[in-house]
Amino acid sequence: MQKSTVSKALKSGAIWGFILLELIFFSIAGEHLSLSDTAFMDGENMLLLLKQSAPIGIIAMGMTIVMVNGNIDLSVGATFAIAAIVLLDSMTWPIFAGLGDGVIPVAWLLALTVGTLLGALNGLIVWKTGVDAFIVTLGSMLGYRGIVFMFNGENPTSHLNWTLVDFAEAEFLGFATATWFLLGVTLVMWFVMARTVHGRNAYAIGDNREAAVNAGIRVGPHMMINFAIIGFLAALSAVVFYSEAGSVNPNDGQLYELWVITAVVLGGTKITGGAGNVIGTFGGVIAIQLLRKGLGHIGADTSTVNLAVGLILIAVLFLDKQLNLKGKEELKV
Amino acid sequence: MAAMNRKDLGEFLAKQGILVAFAVFMIAFTMANQKFISIDNVFSVVRSSAILGIMAVGVTFVVISGNLDLSVGSMMSFSTIVVLDLHDKVGPALAIPLMFLMTLCLGAFIGFLVGYLRLNSLIVTLGMLSAIHGLTLTYSGGQNMDIADKEGTWFSVFGQGTALGIPVPILMFLAVAAFLGLVLARTPFGRKVYAVGGNGTAATFSGIRRARTVFTCYLISSGCVATAGLIQASRSLGSQNTVGQGLELEVLAAVILGGASLLGGSGTIFKTVIGVLILGFIQNGLLLMGLQFYVQFVVTWIIIILAVWLDIAAKRGKLWSSIA
Amino acid sequence: MTDPVLRLENIVKTFPGVRALDGVSFSVMPGEVHALMGENGAGKSTLMKVLGGIHQPTEGAIYIGDDRVTMAGPLEAKAKGIVFIHQELSLAEELSVAENIYLGELPRKRFGRVDWATLTERTNAILGKLNVGFDARTRVGDLSIANQQMVEIARALTVDAKAVIFDEPTASLTDAEKVVLFDVIADLKAGGVGIIYISHRMEEIFRITDRISILRDGQYQGTVNTAETDEESVTQMMIGRQLDLSRNASHHQLGEVAIEVRGLSCGKLYTDISFDIRRGEVVGFYGLVGAGRTEIAETLFGLRRPSAGQILLGGVETQIHSPDEAIAHGISLVPEDRKGQGLVLGMNCRDNMTLPQVDRLASGPFVAEGEEIKIFDKYRDQLDIRTPGWRQKVGNLSGGNQQKIVIGKWLSMHPDVLIVDEPTRGIDVGSKSEIHKLLRELAAQGYAVMVISSEMPEVLHVSDRIIAMYSGRIIRTFRSEDVTEDSLIQAISGIGPGAQATEVA
Repeated sequence: MQKSTVSKALKSGAIWGFILLELIFFSIAGEHLSLSDTAFMDGENMLLLLKQSAPIGIIAMGMTIVMVNGNIDLSVGATFAIAAIVLLDSMTWPIFAGLGDGVIPVAWLLALTVGTLLGALNGLIVWKTGVDAFIVTLGSMLGYRGIVFMFNGENPTSHLNWTLVDFAEAEFLGFATATWFLLGVTLVMWFVMARTVHGRNAYAIGDNREAAVNAGIRVGPHMMINFAIIGFLAALSAVVFYSEAGSVNPNDGQLYELWVITAVVLGGTKITGGAGNVIGTFGGVIAIQLLRKGLGHIGADTSTVNLAVGLILIAVLFLDKQLNLKGKEELKV
Repeated sequence: MAAMNRKDLGEFLAKQGILVAFAVFMIAFTMANQKFISIDNVFSVVRSSAILGIMAVGVTFVVISGNLDLSVGSMMSFSTIVVLDLHDKVGPALAIPLMFLMTLCLGAFIGFLVGYLRLNSLIVTLGMLSAIHGLTLTYSGGQNMDIADKEGTWFSVFGQGTALGIPVPILMFLAVAAFLGLVLARTPFGRKVYAVGGNGTAATFSGIRRARTVFTCYLISSGCVATAGLIQASRSLGSQNTVGQGLELEVLAAVILGGASLLGGSGTIFKTVIGVLILGFIQNGLLLMGLQFYVQFVVTWIIIILAVWLDIAAKRGKLWSSIA
Repeated sequence: MTDPVLRLENIVKTFPGVRALDGVSFSVMPGEVHALMGENGAGKSTLMKVLGGIHQPTEGAIYIGDDRVTMAGPLEAKAKGIVFIHQELSLAEELSVAENIYLGELPRKRFGRVDWATLTERTNAILGKLNVGFDARTRVGDLSIANQQMVEIARALTVDAKAVIFDEPTASLTDAEKVVLFDVIADLKAGGVGIIYISHRMEEIFRITDRISILRDGQYQGTVNTAETDEESVTQMMIGRQLDLSRNASHHQLGEVAIEVRGLSCGKLYTDISFDIRRGEVVGFYGLVGAGRTEIAETLFGLRRPSAGQILLGGVETQIHSPDEAIAHGISLVPEDRKGQGLVLGMNCRDNMTLPQVDRLASGPFVAEGEEIKIFDKYRDQLDIRTPGWRQKVGNLSGGNQQKIVIGKWLSMHPDVLIVDEPTRGIDVGSKSEIHKLLRELAAQGYAVMVISSEMPEVLHVSDRIIAMYSGRIIRTFRSEDVTEDSLIQAISGIGPGAQATEVA
């Protein structure tokens, strides 16, 4: 019991400790190696970091509830791209021509609806067929990507609406719009997972599905709602990002699922479900973004970032295993 | 009597569904387009499936042993870049074994983490996907890799040559599949792979060294990746750093389509090869029908879900899941 | 005369090819503790599933009070006042005690929020009744198994229960915890709740129950008043004949010592264990679950690392680090958990049987399948394994035949020392006696056999010597001629032989 408390405290604090370590490391290393004159811990730099965390971060909040629930969603990158295309393309549709800037909320709504539906479709398939979520979303990752290409072939889809860009580039109390969305989503998902019956049931199902079924929790619809949530959040992430960017390539969002899952696992969510929280995930997202930015700051390129993120993920897994190591006399199987 | 026949049919479909699907599929496409079944076309499909196929054969071992390997795509990029780079530095005769050695080291590392340290294979290989990608970029400095003298090297034989009128990639694919198919189906090692994936605890209680078996599976997988990288490099004699990106999922799709359970303990090399061919022929058939390449993504999605769904539906005896 | 709270009338449940329940009728009165007994496979769990609405009865009716009911699932059963306390813990470890107790029916506020105040208050009220040392906010994963059981029991108290069904509730409880449980049951009983109590432990049955209903092979054997019956007649009803407590009388020629253990310890699991087994001898290890017997076997098989002591094989001290080393030293283990440890259920019979020697059965690089089939045929005939052929998946066989596959697997290794852990758990009576006979025959052939069992008749039947264990220590060793039931029960309860030590060996 003593040991498990220690290891738990270590685990819950680990991600923040890691972030602290990164900050110290990059600040000191930055003094000597940085190409730029600004310090790494510069306020502007940190605000930018939060903003850049948003696209992955918003999706990661959805991934947290899906993984706590005992599932996984590999299709988020493709959903992200579809939502982006719907957002940008729909603003040019002739039927909305008369709306002026009123087209913006319509386009947002359309994109969010499409994302939610695509997520729900994954959930429905998982529920009704009983096929593992890993396989279902592996399939739809391909399928949804195919749909992305069907829109416009291999060409980018672009539409710049300056009102929208202004909104996306606006700052409020120093935080960019995207940052506000990230913080808002984190807060809402924290509320959902920690405070609502739906959230608590997500833990129960991921932890002991049979017990949840025996207690009368309807597992199928529950899972579908969570998939709809992550679909919605993938679309929201796209909406926030592309309001500013204004142009989407059909390959955008590729490998997002990997970044998102990495952030969630770094944040302490158990891969088998039942444990994890969005605060940890927030830490995981920040940690990864810090690493990307920090390595860039000291002059390393993307290759080092990839290498570091991959190895850190494995190291975290290894440490977790060591902390939970069984006693010497345990069965060796 | 009718019920009995229906049950038999159900069982037959459950066991051989993938073959039936393959046959139906081939007939349908042939009826749509005579060119589909021509020797030239079949050769071209198998040849372009060879890289995917060889990797899928290796991953089949990993999946049967109850694990996943998401790192094969970026590992294949690594092999390709390394062998192309070394080709000009030390010559092809030395480049090939060096590249195999380096790729096998990566496989051994993953095998050590998953087999001996018992870390979750999904996360480990996810991490390795990223890490190996970074390694490749570091190695190449982010530049595309090209062989200087593309005309004068015998290195192109693996990707472009023919022997006995058959393209070399096809021969290599068949050789790897046949050899590893025998290893899996007939050797003591193969039997242990099934046992470890079917019930790792029972395998341990039977004196099987579980860690070593899993380790060897990853070694085999990385060996296959190196072979695939060799063909890829030889075919194009130049490459981007991201040549294998996304292949891990196509590979997994082929293995799953072949009926291997992600829980481990079931699957065969033959069925994986069929799964690979189905993916290849779908791609080809849709192209022949004048459809864009991305339509195959959607078709593959539907086929994967249907294949796995019908497989488990046959096992549980009910079409719809019993999830409340 | 009050009306029963729960009445089953002529319940029949058939599955394709099996009549799992055949005409079960009994009733539970308010304030009654009603035991339900039967051997493994007698239909108790099927009956519980029918009661819980997981299965619908093929025929017959269930009445709660005067109302005939059909239940679609456990939740509906609970709503109607029938609550189950499962043997396997059905808890979510990461959640708090309160959330587990109210799983599936957390109190809500607006916007789907959990009403924590109400939840905590209600939970603490229930926990107060149970007199436990943890509160509503404790994480269930941090509790001991016994306290987790208490959480499970607390669930029964959340509704206005009419009938509470306890399924082997004491399996993992210490004696002190049992007392608490029995107090809870007494409270429920005083409150007019009807209780169905499923257990194999006769002492508990006779201590707390009022009536006993007995099932055998899915058939209802009758209900008796606990006060008017005794263990022997209940057992007779359960197994259809008298309990055979005869001891093994024939001893074989003993050979040299095959295995000797000196002062073996493994952490807190067991301490200072010393014994030896000769060729031609069967030594039974008897004790309660958790006494450390299985752990000794696992250590001998290289699955655990001993913290002290020596293992001598044929007089030579040997280090055994892994099962494959144990096998190479001629030790075989038929493990306790047949499905989890003994078999790869998705594999066919032949492959399972030859798994430990698959490396040796090679012709060239390949497995010699002809050899394998020969081995399989030999042990199929010798052990009378009933299967359509070697291609049959082991998962499709009955428990008895599965167990014989495991035994055949280890016999085919021709070990010097054969360890069998709970060799007849969950298999039918016929197969049981066959396996007992087989164990004696093996000893006659010169094997040294170590039998671990929690069933007294079994230990008495097969053993030349019996080692009684309690809480990780050997309390006493008996020769089969000297053993009495009483002394055996005393020994496994931790009561030593007193001054006149009868240590033999």
